[in-house]
Amino acid sequence: MDFKNSDTIPGPRSADHLPHSAQAAVKIVIVGGFGVGKTTMVGSVSEIKPLTTEETMTQAGVGVDDNYGSETKTATTVAMDFGRISITEQLVLYLFGTPGQERFWFLWNGLFEGALGAVVLIDTRRLEVSFDVMGRLEERGVPFVVAVNTFPDGPHYAVEELRTALDLSEDIPIIECDARRRASSRDVLMTLMRFLHSLAMSGALR
Amino acid sequence: MTPPQRRRRYPREEPAPQPPQEDPTPQDGEKPPEGQKPPEGQKKNPERLYVIAGPDGGERTDLDLVTLIVARADPPPSATPEQAALLRLCTAPLSVAELSAYLSLPFSVVTVLLTELMTAELVQLRAPVIRQSLADRSLLEAVMHGLQKL
Ligand SMILES: Nc1nc2c(ncn2[C@@H]2O[C@H](COP(=O)(O)OP(=O)(O)OP(=O)(O)O)[C@@H](O)[C@H]2O)c(=O)[nH]1
Ligand SMILES: [Mg+2]
Repeated sequence: MDFKNSDTIPGPRSADHLPHSAQAAVKIVIVGGFGVGKTTMVGSVSEIKPLTTEETMTQAGVGVDDNYGSETKTATTVAMDFGRISITEQLVLYLFGTPGQERFWFLWNGLFEGALGAVVLIDTRRLEVSFDVMGRLEERGVPFVVAVNTFPDGPHYAVEELRTALDLSEDIPIIECDARRRASSRDVLMTLMRFLHSLAMSGALR
Repeated sequence: MTPPQRRRRYPREEPAPQPPQEDPTPQDGEKPPEGQKPPEGQKKNPERLYVIAGPDGGERTDLDLVTLIVARADPPPSATPEQAALLRLCTAPLSVAELSAYLSLPFSVVTVLLTELMTAELVQLRAPVIRQSLADRSLLEAVMHGLQKL
């Protein structure tokens, strides 16, 4: 990007500015395996056109100390898209559609640790692509709900069948959704918030 | 059709290891000073096969993706083009993530720029509300009310 001509930098449209009164932000992560609908869900509820933040990594594997600076060093760019919902004049909610591979999560400091909670998206045609991410959230103690993105050609399982297959305890909400529809995605977020609220009520939330 | 079966996992005993804050890779031809090498254990951890390829050396403040940034002044003549562009973007509050997106710069680069601007007292930070500090059910209720209006 040419910063010399920074008048031309595409900034936020005036409608995309936050009010000066905005004091603090909270975040929710939307996570799941490849192609389960993360970007679609972020886009359907966001008040701004979804944006992308990128991070570049170099692979620091075996032999890098010797090869530093040579062409064998590989760089990988990881992108994460996100959207925004203004809650009040003071409070803003950000939604991050996070790549499923945990080895990328450290790139964004505190992405999961600071999040209110997570939505795990699953696709019934390929349940297993979201298994790992659920385990990682459990290990980190991040509260989550499961949203079943309904693809027309996907098999339909009863919720209790899914609960058994996903080995989820009774209290974890499982909800069907269509990530393309704003109302449906909003209902998923509401389900997560009610779940977090019930955890707070029972004192289970740290 | 029987769905595939998962086994649940449980919280780890230890807290998750801290990510490296800077590229620990040594400069070309230089031996890394003792103590700057990644600890041995990192080699075995698949997460640690990667390091952020951000700028070397710069101090970095512990910024969250959703820390809100507000400019405190117009760009001074001494500002670099990147700093000036960033300051012009956040005349109204904007998150670090949005700054990264609009500037097409990696998150790590933006945090370095912001650290410089903070040192020069040209930006103000508004820290996010994070889960650890959630003694407050009213915050969750506020988010629910906000979502209901969507
Ligand atoms: N029928 C149906 N299709 C959907 C739904 N959600 C997403 N899709 C489609 O599924 C495809 C993948 O959706 P994305 O939102 O790109 O998925 P993603 O999880 O962001 O994918 P990656 O970032 O590549 O991992 C797109 O073609 C969407 O249009 C849904 O609820 N119903
Ligand atoms: Mg995507």
